[in-house]
Amino acid sequence: MPGKLKAKIVAGRHLPVMDRASDLTDAFVEVKFGNTTFKTDVCPKSLNPQWNSEWFKFEVDDEDLQDEPLQITVLDHDTYSANDAIGKVYIDIDPLLYSEAASVISGWFPIYDTIHGIRGEINVIVKVELFNDLNRFRQSSCGVKFFCTTCIPQCYRATLVHGFVEELVVNEDPEYQWIDRIRTPRASNEARQRLISLMSGELQRKIGLKVLEMGGNAVVGYLQCFDLEGESGLVVRAIGTACTLDKLSSGSAPNTNTHMHPNTAPASNACNSPSKDGKESPLAHGCRSTHNSPVHSVCSSQRLSQNFSVSVPTLIFTGMGSGGSAGKEAGPLRTLLRQQTQTALEQREFPFFTLTSFPPGFLLHVGGVVSARSVKLLDRIHNPALGNTRSYKLLDWNSVTADEPETRDAWWEEIRQEIKSHARALGCHAVVGYSESTSICEEVCILSASGTAAILNPRYMREGCLDIGCTDHRFEEPSPPNCGFCHIPYDELNMPFPAQLTYCYHCRRQKVPDVLFTTIDLPSEAAVAGKGCLIQARLCRLKKKAQGEANATAISNLLPFMEYELHTQLMNKLKLRSMNALFGLHIQISVGENMLLGLASATGVYLTALPAPGGIQIAGKTPGDLSSEHISSIQKRINDTIAVNKELYQINPPELAEEGVGSPIPEPRHRSRLFRSHSESSDELSELDLSHGKKDAFVLEIDDTDAVEDIHSLLIDAPPPTGFYSCNTENMPGISNWTSGVQMFTSVRVLRLSNANLTNQGLNKIFTDLCENLLKSFYFKLRSMIPCCLCHLNFTVAVPEEELIQVTVTAVAMTYDKEQTQEKTAEKPVNKGSLEAEEQLQFPLELCADSSSSNIQTASKISGVGESTNMSPRAASVDYGSFADRCSTWLELLRLKAHTIRRGSVKTISSLERCSPLQEGRSRSLRSSRSFGGSSVTVVKMTPLSFLPGTRIIKYLGIINMFFIRETTSLREEGGVSGFLHSFIAEVFAMVRAHVAALGGNAVVSYSMKECVFMENPNKNQAQCLINVSGDAVICISETDQESSASTANTGQTGGSETDGAT
Amino acid sequence: MSVELDVFVGNTTIMDEEVYQLWLDGYTVNDAVKVRMEGGVMDECEASKDVLLSDTMDQYRTFQMCERLLHSPAKLANQLLFQIPPHRQIMLIERYYAFDDTFVREVLGKKLSKGTKKDLDDISAKTSVTLKSCRRQFDNFKRVFKVVEELKGPLVENIRQHFLLSDKLARDYAAIVFFANNRFETGKRKLQYLSFQDFAFCAGQLISNWTVGAVDNMVEDMDVDLDKEFLQELKELKILITDKDLLDQHKSLVCTALRGKTKVFIEMEGSFKNLSRGLINIAAKLTNTKDVRDFFIDLVEKFIEPCRSDRWSAADMKLYLTHYTNSAHILDTFKHQVVWDRYMGVVKSCIFKMYHD
Repeated sequence: MPGKLKAKIVAGRHLPVMDRASDLTDAFVEVKFGNTTFKTDVCPKSLNPQWNSEWFKFEVDDEDLQDEPLQITVLDHDTYSANDAIGKVYIDIDPLLYSEAASVISGWFPIYDTIHGIRGEINVIVKVELFNDLNRFRQSSCGVKFFCTTCIPQCYRATLVHGFVEELVVNEDPEYQWIDRIRTPRASNEARQRLISLMSGELQRKIGLKVLEMGGNAVVGYLQCFDLEGESGLVVRAIGTACTLDKLSSGSAPNTNTHMHPNTAPASNACNSPSKDGKESPLAHGCRSTHNSPVHSVCSSQRLSQNFSVSVPTLIFTGMGSGGSAGKEAGPLRTLLRQQTQTALEQREFPFFTLTSFPPGFLLHVGGVVSARSVKLLDRIHNPALGNTRSYKLLDWNSVTADEPETRDAWWEEIRQEIKSHARALGCHAVVGYSESTSICEEVCILSASGTAAILNPRYMREGCLDIGCTDHRFEEPSPPNCGFCHIPYDELNMPFPAQLTYCYHCRRQKVPDVLFTTIDLPSEAAVAGKGCLIQARLCRLKKKAQGEANATAISNLLPFMEYELHTQLMNKLKLRSMNALFGLHIQISVGENMLLGLASATGVYLTALPAPGGIQIAGKTPGDLSSEHISSIQKRINDTIAVNKELYQINPPELAEEGVGSPIPEPRHRSRLFRSHSESSDELSELDLSHGKKDAFVLEIDDTDAVEDIHSLLIDAPPPTGFYSCNTENMPGISNWTSGVQMFTSVRVLRLSNANLTNQGLNKIFTDLCENLLKSFYFKLRSMIPCCLCHLNFTVAVPEEELIQVTVTAVAMTYDKEQTQEKTAEKPVNKGSLEAEEQLQFPLELCADSSSSNIQTASKISGVGESTNMSPRAASVDYGSFADRCSTWLELLRLKAHTIRRGSVKTISSLERCSPLQEGRSRSLRSSRSFGGSSVTVVKMTPLSFLPGTRIIKYLGIINMFFIRETTSLREEGGVSGFLHSFIAEVFAMVRAHVAALGGNAVVSYSMKECVFMENPNKNQAQCLINVSGDAVICISETDQESSASTANTGQTGGSETDGAT
Repeated sequence: MSVELDVFVGNTTIMDEEVYQLWLDGYTVNDAVKVRMEGGVMDECEASKDVLLSDTMDQYRTFQMCERLLHSPAKLANQLLFQIPPHRQIMLIERYYAFDDTFVREVLGKKLSKGTKKDLDDISAKTSVTLKSCRRQFDNFKRVFKVVEELKGPLVENIRQHFLLSDKLARDYAAIVFFANNRFETGKRKLQYLSFQDFAFCAGQLISNWTVGAVDNMVEDMDVDLDKEFLQELKELKILITDKDLLDQHKSLVCTALRGKTKVFIEMEGSFKNLSRGLINIAAKLTNTKDVRDFFIDLVEKFIEPCRSDRWSAADMKLYLTHYTNSAHILDTFKHQVVWDRYMGVVKSCIFKMYHD
């Protein structure tokens, strides 16, 4: 008995009236875990019952603790007939199983019923006593932490990144069981909720076991999905990245983003042993099988014979290429390094990482996006033996459904192999920002996987080497961190497809592609110009209705064309915004009965390391075309749009900035001149290419009306209104000075296509308008938050029925300080100059490090500069920017710096900036609002990002993974479909918040709504919806709280240095 | 092609105060969109009519879902469904319970019953407040009435605590409850010139001086029912008009004090006995429920109208009533000073408030 679970039912409130006669309720509670059930006394005639029960104790295996939720059912006692259920609460007790997470779950939980929604609340206390179990063969994996966050969580440090973990479990869907015919839909839905709760518990336990096997203690970037395959069953699958995480002692770190400023440890503990073979390293544990073939063919056409399947030729997006210059400076070292990484990574079956942002120095080079899709037919084999399973306990798939998970496993295995071979073709040994998804329509299923091919620093793969910052990194790797990841990862002479390469505009040492597409977040140290923006490509393709194999073939024939068109659209839109890189690229292809929908979203950005994008040229098919006037007018519109966008996103050509600097150090100037000559030649080259290259993506030929339409649709995308920016990544390129305003939202829109004979063009227009209108709606609704940025805009499309298009969006709007942004932009040239001049390097750097008000010493000597320039998620650059007020020039800044060094503290100046009236005002208002009203409900903030601006996470309380079904048979009475879904989404939010609050948390980070399946039958006045959400429950505290105390302590000093600054 | 479903849900519930007001005022979604378009909100964010329509629908749905909670505002603070910042909650409640003076003027003093509710469409037509809004306001009155009916303690405080209203609004509701309970007549033509605020002021005076609660503050209905004992005692004041000596003495005292201080002295002297009889008779009859209902109409007919026809100014009125009240204290044979003060204090301030055009 390795665990004792204790639960106490305290009270209820706001219960519904169950007895019409008395207008009251005789409520009691059933508490169930596994097969044990306890009951409380009946609390007669009360809508606010006080049970104050004894502690109900369950003695259980920890395996069950992981799999099973605690089920609490509130019922109305009825003497004469059956007791009526009021509703249920499922409590996932997993968070109580890690030592560092929550110790008790206690609070008010909404009582939920699938028909009536939330019906009052119940106050419950849950505790777990775990006994140590040293059994080697145990089936549980208690203690493995799970994070949805796709970066190393704040307040942890990754000592080792083990790699990819995956698992899936399969079961009969209760909705499709024979018993469904005799039980109510409500019972069926409850069975489904319960089953999925069990399955995700089991899945998590199994993944945990794999992590333990690999020697890790946590899963980061945990992504769990459901496939509702209908009659063929229910698949719950998950992927993640196994890591060994160390908790940073809370005292040492007011430093929110430790992973971005790692402390510089003595360089001696760097990976000083290139000879250390990867085979000896513990990562070999991670391999699922011994299968380790070194070569994978790019297109594996051999498929499982039992299932019909079609392999879709996959496009590899990118400009990509070679380390042609690898041998130039640090050639041998680098090659060695690469070999070493290669071997380390080749040990694993899948060198995949679900993370999207990494500690500095982890990511060496990025190749480009790799993706693979495959169309499968779901087998209809219905095992008759299954029909007898009445209990909702998990089926034993070793016997009955033996081949089910294996089939699914094999499918995914295929896809992953393909991804791996694509990555290899790009000269990369790893895939980062990896994710998997499915789209199911009837018996056809599209499996998709995508990621970014990359070369990683092997240090992070070996034990005990993670302490080092980036200092030693320089010696191994000559490319500076703010452009290094752009450098092409493989051989220039041996590229898998043509790309234009130029020397890096930053370091001038290595080659970079002309555009870069990735699925990851913009690395924090990357150098960018201006702001980023959301770029979407949208596409509809009609297809004939068909069945079975014919249908699957039709779909798989369409897929490559869709991918190609989406890619072209993305490329053109990128050029139109005068940007040269895409981050967070996510392409979703959704299948319906008579159409396919494709939606690609990404955040465009101008990387200063990459060449400036050329414009878009319009060309007529034949030179003597009559419409040449027309063409030139379009060309003009395009050029105008580009110019407008440049201004809008504040993209200033970096060459100009460089020249404007007038670097004070002679040596670097000399060098930069040297490089400039390089750049000139490469510029010429690209110009030449442009004039020749009709094959380039950005030369659009107008050969028919369709092409004209396409160009028009390009120009349709309206820029966000003034004061708004948007992106779909964790960080908004160019904005980092967030203020505290945060508004997470979910929006769902369903469009009915009434026009029976639509063309592809017409559909495209409708779909594009749908997405654009959604964005416009968001801007309008959130206008009170201006200046504000919509971050992590996550669009999901679906074709729930013929003629219906559903778009679901979850995002967060965050306010930022506009003025400081502008100052910062003005300052940019100064920062850039400092990159060139290594001796100057420390100055802005120390400023930055000091001002981040933490105890970090000037650790990140190299990476720090890049951060202060661009991407540091928070305050660091805020303070830096404020200096610009006083120091109009670079030299003055230097002088001031020297001055202050003599006098003493820069720190105090920055803390002075920090306690500016604005900040004080904010904290004051916060305090006053707290005292207001005296509400008993904890405010729980939610965000799809991994951080909350202005706060720092001090504790992760566990993963939130919830699944709800809501149904109605009185759709009209509940306000129609919109009313029904509106209240359901509000209820889901409420339940997430309640669970977080009960864990003692005050926020959910990395929140996502992974499933929102809506079905309606208006004729029968019925509807049903299924929602799955997940996220990390955390405790976060306001940064300003600490700072204000720090700044008051420093006030005396502050006055002094202030005057110093003025002189 | 049509939008089948369109929802937007924020973790913090988004509410636009302007739309909330339109909803409270009973505008349909389409009318509200029109009003908003005219208000120029479209220019703010390059919005189109569709955007505005979608936003308005979302907000209307949110308000409808919140309405249930607003019926017992204390629930709003500890419900879990909507995350609403406290200052917003207060705004929501305050606005929900706010009412139109023109509407409340129509139902003031009427029984808050189904019968009255049926007449709401007439009132709506008359006041040009939408029927929906009339219903909300009427139901608010009724709800507050029902809740405080059964509570002990001071009326205003009870309303404020139960419905989390501001002091001002709680006082207005107290007045409404008080009027509804005592069924004061306010609808007569002669009373039409009085606004709700006039009556609310008078109600406040009556509540704090004439109710049971004015003497004992732990009785049920203390602030809603008039103090029966006091009403009984008022009969004693009749001596001021039945005893001829006392009446003459009183008159001469008042006239001495007023002489030379006002332009309408002659008129005051001439009508003293009539006016005094009027006021004392009102006092003496207050034991009858019927006469309590007519209290305000009596004040107007017996006192305000005669004075007005004699063209007294408001200052004259003040002067006259002050001396009228104070002189009674000098009368040796008049023993009911306490009752007199309790009566005249309220009557005086009511008349001051009511003496306008």
